[in-house]
Amino acid sequence: MATKRLVFNFPPNLIEQPLTYQLITDHKLKVNILRARVTPRERGRLVVEVSGSKKNLDAGLKYASDLGVEVKPLAQNVQWSEERCIECTACTSICPTGALSVEREQMRVSFNEDKCIACELCLPTCPYEAVQIIF
Amino acid sequence: MAKTIQEINEKIKKGKAVVYTAEEIIDVVKKKGVKKAAAEVDLVTTGTFAPMCSSGAYFNPGHANPRIKLGGGQVTLNDVPVYTGFAAVDFLVGATAIPDDDPRNKIYPGKFPYGGGHLIEDLVAGKDVRLVARAYGTDCYPRRKLETWIRLEDMNEAVLFNTRNAYQNYNVAVNLSDRIIHTYMGVLHPELRNATYCSAGQLSPLLNDPFYRTIGVGTRIFLGGGIGYVVERGTQHNPSVPRTEQGVPRMGAGTLALMGDLKQMSNRWLRGASFVGYGVTLAVGIGIPIPILDEETLRFTTVTDADIVAQVVDYSEAYPKCVPGSLGEVSYAQLKSGSVTVNGKEIPTAGLSSYARAREVAGILKDWVETGSFLLSEPVAPLPSADSGVQFKPLNERPIVNNNKVAVN
Repeated sequence: MATKRLVFNFPPNLIEQPLTYQLITDHKLKVNILRARVTPRERGRLVVEVSGSKKNLDAGLKYASDLGVEVKPLAQNVQWSEERCIECTACTSICPTGALSVEREQMRVSFNEDKCIACELCLPTCPYEAVQIIF
Repeated sequence: MAKTIQEINEKIKKGKAVVYTAEEIIDVVKKKGVKKAAAEVDLVTTGTFAPMCSSGAYFNPGHANPRIKLGGGQVTLNDVPVYTGFAAVDFLVGATAIPDDDPRNKIYPGKFPYGGGHLIEDLVAGKDVRLVARAYGTDCYPRRKLETWIRLEDMNEAVLFNTRNAYQNYNVAVNLSDRIIHTYMGVLHPELRNATYCSAGQLSPLLNDPFYRTIGVGTRIFLGGGIGYVVERGTQHNPSVPRTEQGVPRMGAGTLALMGDLKQMSNRWLRGASFVGYGVTLAVGIGIPIPILDEETLRFTTVTDADIVAQVVDYSEAYPKCVPGSLGEVSYAQLKSGSVTVNGKEIPTAGLSSYARAREVAGILKDWVETGSFLLSEPVAPLPSADSGVQFKPLNERPIVNNNKVAVN
């Protein structure tokens, strides 16, 4: 079993394609949609966690790419600037997955990109623009 | 055995001063006892780094040719309006000032991406900023318009001047309402879903000298990465609030007015901050040395997060409507653990004051003292303490009706 957190970007002509359905039925993948934004005639964006056997996962993602969907790892889109962060901890009680967390002994803040689901709840919480999410 | 500030300064000059941070001193005293430690230790350094809205800076950019009288005119730096009501070319930048064309909260919640706090940060970082001025023109100051790039180093004087900093303790903010609220204490989620606090607790300057026995007018300090001074009690100084048995205020109490030469400060310790739905402010790094003059001054510096309590206040209703009282009392040890219990509900906590950076400030100040580059100053006047009768009063509104004066109650 392999699991990947990915961002699917759809060009306008693919918005009506049932990509998720195909990944589930044809490629036997488990697809958990973490976030979705679909704007008719513009672009679609899905943040997903996809798991399955490595073979099925590779085939499913090849299918998506061949269709014209841009597939990127989620981590590339979320940036935490250690330099901008003052380690106040304001974001850490809002982060639902613990991606932004505090090491309590020293009160140091860190970001674990593997846990981030790009929910954007931290963005209005940070007064220093230390987290940026670029899609 | 009592020590004097002069004696401690002699030891600093010889590189022999014994210095600990307000965090380290807790264990030192636990091991050695107050008596022995008071004889050995010369100085305890404190620190804090947090948003402090009543901050600002004044500047003198020099005279243009032909001359222009900025006083009484309109001046912006990077579109942020500055106060010009002084002689010819002095002006004051406030941390919370925002450009006239910022939409504020018209599209709620406003983002407040740039303001006075960011301007001060940019100047300290050495960046060029746009100065745009309009004036009315006089015989001696004929010019009416000025547009120029300017940097911090171009200014004759640049002085950080903060009317209220380093609050001695502060509220813990929560939201009892059923909607999200945006406050200067951060984003507060409905029905007690989070709590925010803002103090460095056991590292905070005034919590280590709760009766202002050593910190007074003229005390030399770490300010914004450089050297600064305490120039007065801060605005809203409120020393007469209830205190714990150890003398620690149970809520916001003393404050400090501070100033220092901006040119020797750093943008690591002066940071513009945007509070969504609220506005712009400046995060300021402050460190104050506490000379260990006797056993009592030392005992006060051993205060721990477990000894310091703060009041939980509802920012949806009680705070805006000035309703006194609190939802309960929690300690900084609880707040820093990540959750507190309020009204029987366990809620996650988050800080606005950076404890990690507070420790760094206390460490830098300790280093300055140990290397002999920072000497203590003797305060020239004390700050009003718990027995002074000084109290922070609300405004007594006397409505103006047909321009008639209403008698004072």
